[in-house]
Amino acid sequence: MSRRLRWRKFVSHFMLTMTGLCALVATAVLFFILGYLVYHGGTSISWNFFTKLPAPVGETGGGMANAIVGSAKLLLLACLLGVPIGFFGAIYLAEFSGGTIAFVVRYAADLLNGVPSIVIGIFAYSLVVLPFKHFSTLAGGFALGLMMIPITLRSTEEFLRAVPRALREGAMALGASQWKTIASVVVPAAYRGILTAILLAFARVAGETAPLLFTAFGNRFWSPGWDQPTASLPVMIFTYAIAPYSLPVMIFTYAIAPYDDWHRQAWAAGLVLLGLILIINIIARVILSRGVAVPRT
Amino acid sequence: MVTTTTTVPSAGPIMGSRSFLSKLRDGDEIARLVTFIFAGSVVLITLLLVFELWRESYLPRHKFGFGFFVTSVWDPIFDKFGALPFIYGTVVTAAVALLIAVPLGIGAAIFLAELAPARVSDTLQFFIDLLAAVPSVIYGLLGVFIVIPMMRQYIQPALKNSLGFLPFFQGPAYGVGFLTAGMVLAIMVIPYIISVSREVLISVPRDQREAALALQREAALALGATRWESTWKVVLPFARTGIMGSIFLALARALGETMAVTMVIGNTPTISASLFSPGYSIAAVIANEFTEATGDLYLQSLIELGLVLFLLTFLLNGMARLLIVVTSQRGSGMGQA
Repeated sequence: MSRRLRWRKFVSHFMLTMTGLCALVATAVLFFILGYLVYHGGTSISWNFFTKLPAPVGETGGGMANAIVGSAKLLLLACLLGVPIGFFGAIYLAEFSGGTIAFVVRYAADLLNGVPSIVIGIFAYSLVVLPFKHFSTLAGGFALGLMMIPITLRSTEEFLRAVPRALREGAMALGASQWKTIASVVVPAAYRGILTAILLAFARVAGETAPLLFTAFGNRFWSPGWDQPTASLPVMIFTYAIAPYSLPVMIFTYAIAPYDDWHRQAWAAGLVLLGLILIINIIARVILSRGVAVPRT
Repeated sequence: MVTTTTTVPSAGPIMGSRSFLSKLRDGDEIARLVTFIFAGSVVLITLLLVFELWRESYLPRHKFGFGFFVTSVWDPIFDKFGALPFIYGTVVTAAVALLIAVPLGIGAAIFLAELAPARVSDTLQFFIDLLAAVPSVIYGLLGVFIVIPMMRQYIQPALKNSLGFLPFFQGPAYGVGFLTAGMVLAIMVIPYIISVSREVLISVPRDQREAALALQREAALALGATRWESTWKVVLPFARTGIMGSIFLALARALGETMAVTMVIGNTPTISASLFSPGYSIAAVIANEFTEATGDLYLQSLIELGLVLFLLTFLLNGMARLLIVVTSQRGSGMGQA
């Protein structure tokens, strides 16, 4: 009996230790990723990286200034599309509707949220690239914006719903109309949550690569205006990391040395991109935790 | 929902007040209409997406029919398109990913939900959330420069020496291939499994409607069950459907994942029992060949692959949502997912 009990206790301790190890391994991955990026990227990052255009294929040096600006333009477009639809759609869901329409909208948003990013790329291609007949910043921004919609919409709705009913009733009792209540009471009360939702959606699409491959495409030069193909950080990381395979066969025979330089730049770009995304994530969570107590969603 | 504007008890004919009120109500109607247009556009976009995928894949659907999914010749020059190697690669890499990620993810979730003190649990969950935010191209970058060399030099030779008699671990160690892609995918989906499973595990005993459960759990401990026995035999069974949901969610992510897989799978259409073999996945072939696709049939075949991917993830996400909602009973678990 006592041996059996000892065995059971041993099993219990052993399995519980294993679960602890699992948690440790899972979180350790984050620090591995950060460590490698800082180690490889930190040594490759330089002023040129932020200010120079990519060097001609086969030469070393150069930077990713055009990709940084390109990413900024793409993300601006994404916000212009994703934030209004997500925000106002959420207001409709949380404040104006119950029943069937809300169910359908929510269902559509969840569906859109689950669509693989590469399929979003195909959609943007057939909707924007095909009619205009060439790759463009516009198409890339459209694809990223589509991905922002469901994330912004669903979390904003959660935060609007978390606003206590008493606040709404108080405003209405004072004679405010519904939209006045929403605009001056509900939204301000939930603004930290809404800001968090938007920031997280932004961080999510900032690193998206697949939907840009055949919408924004890529560019080794500046991309003037909005209707030209443009470089972006994620796509540059991809192209540089898999070089020389990412190049046409013709250039394949160049010396290997320039590719080392490309690889270094890919690490640098990775560090910049991940740094940006993690910082936005942390800011978003800090904003939220400082705010009024919002029920955990 | 929200209380509708109540009719004001008429305390006498105050004309100005009445028209003011009706104007306000008009404002409400305008606000409702405007926000409805935005909300409706989400539905419209989603419908349009399905429609476009269906319309733009007309040619291969009619030319190849079901044969598209069961033939394995992918030859743009002779206009022959069979998707089997890509489907195979997608399924195999996702399976490898789940084999690794499910035990690890659930183990970690158990630790976070059942054992760790709240502060430790929240801190670790914070890191897990950050991990989920790492973009896939970064995983691909590390895959190319860290995981592939490691696989080629250490892990694959080791597996070959110890388990080489199995058909899965034979052939030359290229570094790239199904196994590498599966491992990178595993790392990518673990955060999803942990977050959702943890939510589900936490929600089960604390839900007031299921106070009986909590009692049962306490009872198991009081009866002399060890901590692990009470977790394994009482807590986990009740969270089972929700945890299944988290696995489905992870599977949907793994199937649709593009960049990391494209960078480490080897991009060679192969059907091979060996996990060391380079392969190809649906998402990877779309990523690599879409811009080079010459001819409508070629392009539309790639779009049909996108349609397949869409339908797969649609089904899996739907089931995941159902399972998670059933378990947590609040539907709020999905807000995170």
